Amino acid sequence: MLQFLVRRLIVAILVAATVMTLAFILTRLSGDLAISIAGPNATQADVEAVRKAYGLDRPLTVQFFDWVGRAATGDLGESYFFKTKVSTLIGERMPITITLGLTGLVIALLVSLPLGILAAVRENTALDRVVQMVALVGQAMPSFWLGLILMITLGLQLGWLPISGTGSWQHFVMPGIVLAFSAIPALTRLTRAGMIQAMGSDYIRTARAKGLSRASILLKHALRNAAIPVVAIAAVQLGFMLGGSIVIEQVFALHGVGFLAWESIGKNDFPVVQSVVLVLAVIYVALTMLADLMNAVLDPRLRGP
Amino acid sequence: MSALLEVDQLEVNFGGRVSAVRGASVTVERGETHCLVGESGCGKSVTALAVMNLLARGARRSAKRLAFEGQDLTGLSDSGMAHLRGNAMAMIFQEPMTSLNPAYTVGSQMTEVLRRHKKTTQRAATDRAADLLARVGITAPGLRLGQFPHQLSGGLRQRVMIAMALMCDPKLLIADEPTTALDVTVQAQILRLLAGLQRDLGLGMLLITHDLGIVARVAHRVSVMYAGEVVESAPTAELFANPKHPYTRGLLRCVPVPGKIKRDEPLGSIPGTVPRIGPGFEGCAFRDRCDFADVTCAHAIPRHAASVAHDFLCRLPA
Ligand SMILES: Nc1ncnc2c1ncn2[C@@H]1O[C@H](COP(=O)(O)OP(=O)(O)OP(=O)(O)O)[C@@H](O)[C@H]1O
Ligand code: SF4
Ligand SMILES: [Mg+2]
Repeated sequence: MLQFLVRRLIVAILVAATVMTLAFILTRLSGDLAISIAGPNATQADVEAVRKAYGLDRPLTVQFFDWVGRAATGDLGESYFFKTKVSTLIGERMPITITLGLTGLVIALLVSLPLGILAAVRENTALDRVVQMVALVGQAMPSFWLGLILMITLGLQLGWLPISGTGSWQHFVMPGIVLAFSAIPALTRLTRAGMIQAMGSDYIRTARAKGLSRASILLKHALRNAAIPVVAIAAVQLGFMLGGSIVIEQVFALHGVGFLAWESIGKNDFPVVQSVVLVLAVIYVALTMLADLMNAVLDPRLRGP
Repeated sequence: MSALLEVDQLEVNFGGRVSAVRGASVTVERGETHCLVGESGCGKSVTALAVMNLLARGARRSAKRLAFEGQDLTGLSDSGMAHLRGNAMAMIFQEPMTSLNPAYTVGSQMTEVLRRHKKTTQRAATDRAADLLARVGITAPGLRLGQFPHQLSGGLRQRVMIAMALMCDPKLLIADEPTTALDVTVQAQILRLLAGLQRDLGLGMLLITHDLGIVARVAHRVSVMYAGEVVESAPTAELFANPKHPYTRGLLRCVPVPGKIKRDEPLGSIPGTVPRIGPGFEGCAFRDRCDFADVTCAHAIPRHAASVAHDFLCRLPA
C-alpha cells in the first residue's frame, strides 16, 4: 500500500510537470505576449518596456524555470490584468467552483446509483433498456444546450430557480444538474455492470442462503462490492466536472475559477491561465489518489494480507 | 409426522434446453444423514440449490411435492423462504473460495445470520461465532473473526462456511462437498461435530459427496444420481451389500465389502461420460454405457422395489 502511494506520488509529480510545460508552451504560442499586454495603441517603445517589465525579454527556458521554481514554492506570480497575486485570485474563486463540482457529483450519484441498481435488478427488462437509453441520450447532450434549456424552463417559465449568480444555494442547483449530466451516463453504466456481476456471485448466493432481507442483500452485500469501481470513476468525474465548469460558469455567470480562466484567456493574462490549468491538474491528480485510498477502504484485499 | 424434507419428482431445467434434474425424489428424516452421490454433472448441486430456491436466474424448478416439515416450499413467498433459510434450513456450498463476501470480516458475516433470525446481542452472537469456529477446529477463533476472507486459506474458508451454517442451529443442513478442501483429521473432526449435532438436536442432513469412505461412515441412506435422476436409493448397508442398478454397481466396483472402504476412495470409474439430456428424452440415460442394455432400455423404465426401503430405476428384475 505504501509503495503504491509512493508510486502514485511520483506519477502526480510527473503529471504536474507535464501540465506546466504544456501550459507554458501553449500560452506562449498564442502570439507575442508583450504586444497584446501593451495594447493596440502602444508604440514600439511601450512594447519593449512591457517586455522588460514582465521579464519576457529573457530566454524562454529561463522564464520557464523561473515560473516552475516559483510555482513549486506556491508563488504563482501576479495577474497582468488584476494586478493582484494569482494565488489570491484563484483562492477567492475556488470555493464557488468546488461547491459547483461537489453539487454536480452529489446529484450525479443520487441519480446514477439508484438507476444503476434498478437496471441491474431488472436486467434485460424494458425498464433496464429505458435506463440505458436515458444514459445514452444524456451522454450525447451538449452541456451548454442543456444549461440553456434548464434556464428557460425551470428558470424563466416556472421561476423555480435563479438563472445566474451565486447568491444562495439555489443558484448552484441548475448548473449542478447540468454538470451532473456529464457524469451520470458513465456512473449509471458502471453501477449497473457492477451490480449485475455482484448479484451473480457466489457470496450473494450465500447472503440469500442466510435468509437476509432484500435490502441487505442489495445494499450491504452487493452494492458494497459494486461501488468499488464507481468510487474510482466518480473521483475522476469530479475532476472532469471541475474542468467542465469553464463552460458552465460562463452560462450561469458563476464567478468561479472556470470563469476566471475564461476571462483571462480573453485578456491574454497568461500567469492566471497557466496557473488555473496547473491547479486543476493538481486537484485532478489528488482526486485520483483519494479514489485509490477510498478503494482501499472499500476493498480489504487492497490493504494487503 | 411428515418427514423433515420431502422432495418428490423434482424437475429443473435451464433455459428450456438442459434438463439438469429429471424427476428426482429424495427424503430426509429428522436426525438422518442422506448422502447424494454420482458423477460430476449429474445434478447433485442443482438438486440442493433447487430445494433452497437458490438456483441461478433462468433456471426453472417444479416438483410434485417439495416440503420442509410438512410445509410446502413451492408456493412459499420470498420472505417466507428467507425466514427459513439460514435459520431452520442451512446450506454449505461447494465453492468455499468464493462464497464469502470479500468486503466483510468473518465475524460480521457470521454474526449477521444469527442476528437476522434470533433475538440476540452482538456480543452474544460474536461469542457463539467464536465457539463454533473453535468447534470446526479453527485455532485462535478471536483472531479469525476479525479477518477478511482473502486472509484465509481455502480450508479455513470452508470451515467458516460450515460454522456459519450452524449459527442458528438448523434442523436441516444441506452440505455440498463440505470437506473436500480439508485434511483427514479436520474432516474427521467435522464429521464428529455434525454427528454430535445430529444426536443432540436431531439435525437432518443432505450430504453431497464423492467420497465413498464418508458415505460408508456417516450415511444412513444413500441416493445415487445419474443424469438428473435418482437411479437407486437404499439404506447404506443395503446399498453396499446389494446394489441393484448397473450404474451403482459400477460405482462400487472397487469396493468389495462395506465397512472396508479406505478413506478418500474415489467413485468407481465407468467408461464413457454422462450424456447431456434435453427435454423429451425417453428411456434409460445410462444405456450407452451399460453392459446390460437392450432395446427395451430405450423406452420408459419402471421403478423397482428391491425391498421396503430400497428402490432402483432399471428394467432388470429385483
Ligand atoms: N446455471 C446453470 N446454467 C446452465 N446449466 C447449468 C447451470 N448450473 C448447472 N447446470 C448444468 O446442470 C447439470 C448438473 O450440474 P450440477 O452442478 O448439479 O452437477 P453436480 O452433480 O453437482 O456435479 P459436481 O460433482 O461436479 O459438483 C450440469 O450438466 C450443468 O452443466
Ligand atoms: S435400464 Fe437398461 S440400460 Fe438402463 S441400467 Fe438398466 S439395463 Fe442398463
Ligand atoms: Mg456440484
